[in-house]
Amino acid sequence: MTLLGHLSLWLAFLVGLWGAVTGFVGGAQGRADLQQSARHATFALFAALVVAVVSLEVAIFRHDFSLEYVAAYTSRNLPTFYLWSALYAGQKGSLLFWATVLSLFAVLAQLLTSRRHRVYLPYVAGVTCLVATFFISVMLFAANPFQRLAFAPLDGSGMNPQLQNPGMVFHPPMLYLGYISITIPFAFAIAALLSKQLDTEWLTAIRKWTLVSWLFLSIGLLIGMWWAYVELGWGGYWAWDPVENAALLPWLVMTAFLHSVMIQEKRGMLKKWNLGLIIGAWLLSIFGTFLTRSGVIASVHSFTQSPVGWFFGGFLLLAAVASFALYAIRLPLLATEARLESMVSREASFFFNNLLLIGLAFSVLWGTLFPILSEWVRGVKITYGPATFNFVNIPLGLVLLLLTGIGPLIAWRRASLPNLRRQFAVPVTSGVFMLLILLVAGMRDLGPLLAISIGAFVFATVIQEFARGARARHRQYGEPIAFAVVQLLTRNRRRYGGYIVHIAIVLLFVAFAGMAFKTETQATLRPGDSVTLKSPYGHLYTFTHLGISQYNALNREVTAALVEVRRDGKQIGRLRTEKRQHVDALGRPTFEPSTAVGIRSDLREDLYVVLGGLVNGTEEAVYRFTINPLVWWVWFGGFVLVIGGLIVLWPGGGSAPGARGRTQRAQAGYTVKLEARP
Amino acid sequence: MNDHVSRRGFFVAAVAAAGAVLQDSASVGRVYDPGRAGRALPPVTAVDNDAAFQRIEKRIRCSCGCGLDVYTCRTTDFNCTYSPAMHKEVLRLAATGKTAQQITDEFVAQYGEQALMSPPRRGFNLAGYFVPSVVVLIAGILLFLRLRRWTRDVQVGSPTVDGVPPPNASAAELERLRQELDRLPG
Repeated sequence: MTLLGHLSLWLAFLVGLWGAVTGFVGGAQGRADLQQSARHATFALFAALVVAVVSLEVAIFRHDFSLEYVAAYTSRNLPTFYLWSALYAGQKGSLLFWATVLSLFAVLAQLLTSRRHRVYLPYVAGVTCLVATFFISVMLFAANPFQRLAFAPLDGSGMNPQLQNPGMVFHPPMLYLGYISITIPFAFAIAALLSKQLDTEWLTAIRKWTLVSWLFLSIGLLIGMWWAYVELGWGGYWAWDPVENAALLPWLVMTAFLHSVMIQEKRGMLKKWNLGLIIGAWLLSIFGTFLTRSGVIASVHSFTQSPVGWFFGGFLLLAAVASFALYAIRLPLLATEARLESMVSREASFFFNNLLLIGLAFSVLWGTLFPILSEWVRGVKITYGPATFNFVNIPLGLVLLLLTGIGPLIAWRRASLPNLRRQFAVPVTSGVFMLLILLVAGMRDLGPLLAISIGAFVFATVIQEFARGARARHRQYGEPIAFAVVQLLTRNRRRYGGYIVHIAIVLLFVAFAGMAFKTETQATLRPGDSVTLKSPYGHLYTFTHLGISQYNALNREVTAALVEVRRDGKQIGRLRTEKRQHVDALGRPTFEPSTAVGIRSDLREDLYVVLGGLVNGTEEAVYRFTINPLVWWVWFGGFVLVIGGLIVLWPGGGSAPGARGRTQRAQAGYTVKLEARP
Repeated sequence: MNDHVSRRGFFVAAVAAAGAVLQDSASVGRVYDPGRAGRALPPVTAVDNDAAFQRIEKRIRCSCGCGLDVYTCRTTDFNCTYSPAMHKEVLRLAATGKTAQQITDEFVAQYGEQALMSPPRRGFNLAGYFVPSVVVLIAGILLFLRLRRWTRDVQVGSPTVDGVPPPNASAAELERLRQELDRLPG
């Protein structure tokens, strides 16, 4: 199987090269035979890579430790669940996973693209095959997952305990799916540039793809945050780590694109900008891969430092130069069809929204690279820590949140003063009212104060939009209000799904603000001893150490501490936190002991208990107790975000063809055309 | 007399302490295999929870390579030996009467500027803090000017919008139309 896998990689490499050449030449010369060959090459590429993946998985499940990759990331007693995820637990396997998923997307792009966009497909095949070939070449020449060891050890090293978490089974694939699927919109952008078909057709072809990428990236980021929270034990979910930032960068750019694309669709503006955003998002996804795999910046998430990073550095440079050179050559063809009519219009607000999203992306990139820049300029290494990131990015984020509310309140083309007054009255009142409540309640921290008040403003804008739309349908068609809301969602998924995403963003901002009120304490407790901690809501929590137990479980030796929790004197439950010593099948320790956190979560706050260790091998335990306010809302906000994204993405939602009455009915409540007519 | 009371007091305290130690030893049993629970930790003391020390330690980066500050590292990664040592160093420096700033300066002198979680706000480091905001601000101003020019072009130079001829209506009629449209939702 190993030999088969290795041969499949070579076959995939050759097929990928063929697909790239035939795709570009066939597209340029209009030769149907080459175009067809390129299309078939994507299918063959996918098949060859699937064979390689199956070969590696078989080796993993058979515990074939003669393979260096299998010996390095698995062991005989690794649970089956994690044997699956071992495929992408290490550098080499993750490259194979990446290339395979890319080839799958390449096939889907060929199969799912509608007939009217067929003109782009040869180039799309060319680009996807070229990118996949690059990944395969990295494997073949620098990081081969089928590399053999001189001898087969009795057992493997096992998987890093921190990766033995359900979050880590789903986080990398989701993030990869997001990263990788950006290649398809990028391929269409390059296809549009090469074919000179630069009207809005290529945008229509990629709209779903961009949403898919954005959604996967969102899910990947959220699961990553959850994993960091429950697994790493530091009590937070976002540390502005370079690798976290690398995933956030394309997400921000994609979010900007999803807004600006509406302007191109509706008004024919921002053609250059949108193309630039798609190219930029893809380059940032490769940049993220470069950061993760090069070791150029220290990160807890990165793979082992290896020469692979420099392959990515070179590829990134070449791809950037080639893409932007092509972009520059085609600029004269990207003239704007329409002009802006008023500064007070939704278009203008979208311009500023894009400015802030890209500004935030730049700011995150700047902070991530600033230590390197400092070393180049001054020869001095510095640390750009979370406090600095917060200092720079929180103001930008708050302005962006404000624009999230302002944008939907302003009419397309031109808003009049009475319209503005009517639109803003309730949301502004809601925001100010919230601000006053918080001030009266004694909140004085500026960041959370603004985040929650602006959040109330944005929330009110969304509710107002739903209420007005539903009322209009109720008036016009007599639909009950609840049914009218459902109708709004189903008839115009893009708009109202987008509003649900806005609600999710509000929830996330408010939840982030909650962490400003985190409280914690450390304590050494003997069985029966207690420690108290006051929560930001004024509750007094009492944690009582009940005792220590030790037992063996699966592939680890566990030391578990049990804590009884009382809130204001009333028992509310028990929390267990563990120290885990992972061992191999021979009982030998494989990694340093890791910590499993005890968490009790409710709508208001999380109790987060960590067993630090024991005093002199006795039952006297060292704990850290933390109260994290509003963390539940981060996960709920993430859930709402995904639901909103799915609503936008869900097929259909437009009017039935030919049914004019139904179209008008569907549009009622959300479309007002302000076109001047003779 | 005083001397006598003092001696008796000391004796009582010593007996009480010995009793307490004996009682404690009896009540806190050893676990089956201490090695499984990782490195043995010293008991937490009051200074470990002191907010002033925590503030200092949150400004200093742990040198183990985790990327965390000393406080977070020593209360998270219980295998790390660097952060407890740096914590002790903070306590030692504080015991010599140094202020928070002097303590962080000591760490900078020993480990370089990267010992700080945030670079000092001076010289080139100011670029790290303010370049993004300044860039966004300048870009915002440029965007505003550009958009204003575009809107003027439409109002002055362009007789049509999207190829639609201008409406054959008076200003009053147009305003009335706009007001009517404004009354509609959306």
